[in-house]
Amino acid sequence: MAEDKPKDPEKDKLKIKSAKRMREIMTAYYIDAKTARDNGKKVAWITSGGPVEALHVMDVIPVYPENHSAMIGATKMGGQLCELAENMGYCADICSYARSDIACATINGGPIGGLPAPDFLVCCNNICGTVMKWYEVQARYFNVPLFIFDTPICHTGFPDETRRYVEKQTMEYIAFLEQMCGKAFDFDRMMEVGKLSLQGQRLWQDILDTTVNRPSPMSAFDAFFYMAMIVTLRGTQIAVDFYQELLEEMRQRAANQIGVLPHEKYRLLWDNLAIWHKMKWLSDKFASHDACLVADTYTSAWCSSMKYLDDNDFLKSMVQGYTRIYLNIGVDQMADIIKGMITKYDVDGIVMHSNRSCKPYSLGQYDIRKRIQDEFGLPILMIEADMVDERSFSESQIETRIDAFMEVIKEKKG
Amino acid sequence: MEAIHVFQRAVDDPAGYLKSIRSKHKIIGYCCTYTPEEIIFAAGVHPVRLFGTKGAIQRADAHLQAYSCSLVRGVLEDALAGNLDALDGMVFPHTCDSIQRLSDIWRLNIASTWHNDIVLPVKLNTGSSHEYLLDVLKKFRREIEAWTGTALTDADLRESIVTYNRLRALLKRIYELKSASPGIMSGRAVNSMIKGAMIMDRREAINHLETLVQVLGAETEKTTSPTTKRAILAGSICNHPEIYDIVESAGAEVVWDELCTGSRFFEGPIDEDGDPLAAIARRYIGRMNCPAKHKDLRTRGETLVRMAQEHAAQGVIFLNFKFCEPHAFDYPYLKEMLQGHGLSTLLLEIDQELPATGQLATRIEAFIETM
Repeated sequence: MAEDKPKDPEKDKLKIKSAKRMREIMTAYYIDAKTARDNGKKVAWITSGGPVEALHVMDVIPVYPENHSAMIGATKMGGQLCELAENMGYCADICSYARSDIACATINGGPIGGLPAPDFLVCCNNICGTVMKWYEVQARYFNVPLFIFDTPICHTGFPDETRRYVEKQTMEYIAFLEQMCGKAFDFDRMMEVGKLSLQGQRLWQDILDTTVNRPSPMSAFDAFFYMAMIVTLRGTQIAVDFYQELLEEMRQRAANQIGVLPHEKYRLLWDNLAIWHKMKWLSDKFASHDACLVADTYTSAWCSSMKYLDDNDFLKSMVQGYTRIYLNIGVDQMADIIKGMITKYDVDGIVMHSNRSCKPYSLGQYDIRKRIQDEFGLPILMIEADMVDERSFSESQIETRIDAFMEVIKEKKG
Repeated sequence: MEAIHVFQRAVDDPAGYLKSIRSKHKIIGYCCTYTPEEIIFAAGVHPVRLFGTKGAIQRADAHLQAYSCSLVRGVLEDALAGNLDALDGMVFPHTCDSIQRLSDIWRLNIASTWHNDIVLPVKLNTGSSHEYLLDVLKKFRREIEAWTGTALTDADLRESIVTYNRLRALLKRIYELKSASPGIMSGRAVNSMIKGAMIMDRREAINHLETLVQVLGAETEKTTSPTTKRAILAGSICNHPEIYDIVESAGAEVVWDELCTGSRFFEGPIDEDGDPLAAIARRYIGRMNCPAKHKDLRTRGETLVRMAQEHAAQGVIFLNFKFCEPHAFDYPYLKEMLQGHGLSTLLLEIDQELPATGQLATRIEAFIETM
């Protein structure tokens, strides 16, 4: 029996205790989603950066194909499902989140036997244009309505015409939901959900910020795990309560100087989505060099626009809040945010995942790298891989490159 | 056919052509058919479509991953190599994720040119997206006025629209003549003509197209064998005229297309009365869409089926750029829909270099047999 095994108390101390609760909540969430119909609830599929708060107001259960595809990646089922999509005629070069989801829907495969079928789809393109094409495919497949929440890219500023357009769409979105659900939108409830959403975002940012401590109480690999809540349960009391517990645990760990690594000597920043199918391998690999990935640009994207959001008028402020997120801005603004993180988390180097599946995240990375090297002289490692499709991962080559990169860091830092 | 050579020369050496007109006009580059050329032209500026580089891609590799499409990499390569020094400016209508980032990279690295983002809506099927589209066009008008230092009147815009309507009507007329008698003009010549018309001075192009229409009109008695098979090309741009040659040697003709270097450029006349910018917006809304724009769930497929039926085509050849997501996502449903209407389909994924001619010819020949 697992419990009877003698535990290594030193190793056990490093473990984050909230993981168990997190798993319970996520399991309950997926059970709720999968039994929604039996309970007379509607299910909407929504993109990870979409305005989910309005769905909570309408008692619709939001389901996130991206989160699901990340699970497919983490359980190493991505290659197989992507191959199935390719057999359906989808080119191997398109986003692996989309490929695995499109394939999974047809066989109810993957780690949880597929997602519950949607009653309608909500697609916000603040993360990419890919989602629009992907959701078109699913709207045809499930024969359900699709709402596109169009958030024009903000290359430099935030033009007035963009504000007006997104404001109008906010009202169109509400009208769409009223039509889908056959009931009026409750604006008072929206206030409450908006407050919870923002509260969740603040807590999540506070959690991520505990990694400024040395040793860092958690790593980006932990953030990749705990982010599921800010994505899927943003706008709920559940997320707020859980993140309060997690924050408390992280603060305790920091106060007691409990790091996630036994010996943290080097601190690194991760850029781009996780390589879901190689999390443990990468985590162990960096740990073997006493290197902790203390921060990343991905998990913090869900609180990247808090400065635009207003507790007391979420609906109005989300126009900017959802349009000006990390990714829906110019490459130079992204570089500036990374520069801020380098200083804040005091990192010795950066690992950039050049992700074949995500063009808005990856194209421009070379320019970001150059800007950062020019200004900070930091070592930067670029790993080319794919977030879900394990077939595009060259383990021995990447291992050699990580070792070489860490040598440079060690030499620089001593 | 002498008239086609002038287009061919512009396509073979766009930089040389631009140099020849540089003293007369400012020049703006673009790489999307949603570029409001009519506004640029009305401002006395010459719009030129960029098709990517003819040479190898090297310099762009410092900025763009190898998994970007050859158009994005090729256009940047040309800029970095100095092949686009004739440009005074570059405009980026919002197209796809890759062009979106190309715009950023351009802005940060090609400092010598005026840079403008025309952040169009991605959906074209709602009232608010139409209003936004018009707002964006108005803003572009103000910005090009500020850049050129001259005010644009509605009369200037209308005159430009009339010119563009003429240009597009002529191109369409030639397509119709070719569809009626495919033997009158090779596919390669059509490809040169349409690309040339996006490079050359638009009035000059119109003059040559007028001649071409006359010449071709007289040649309609050139009959095509009734056994000749008829195909349609679909995709974005075609930089490989060899494809037309192979189709023709295999006993088929390209009778129409759904390409940006084709009908997506000339379809949809613009209303010559009323608010000119609203008229330009209406063309984008009504015209067959690029897959990076959302109109409805099946509009593009229906357009292709109708196109094939109107032109009595038996098959559709997709020329999809490798790494182009918008086109790749559409392909399975288009294929299914076309096949449901008894049409054959072939997918060719096109990179910077074509696969060996023999290999490509074998695939195309085999496909044409099935048509």
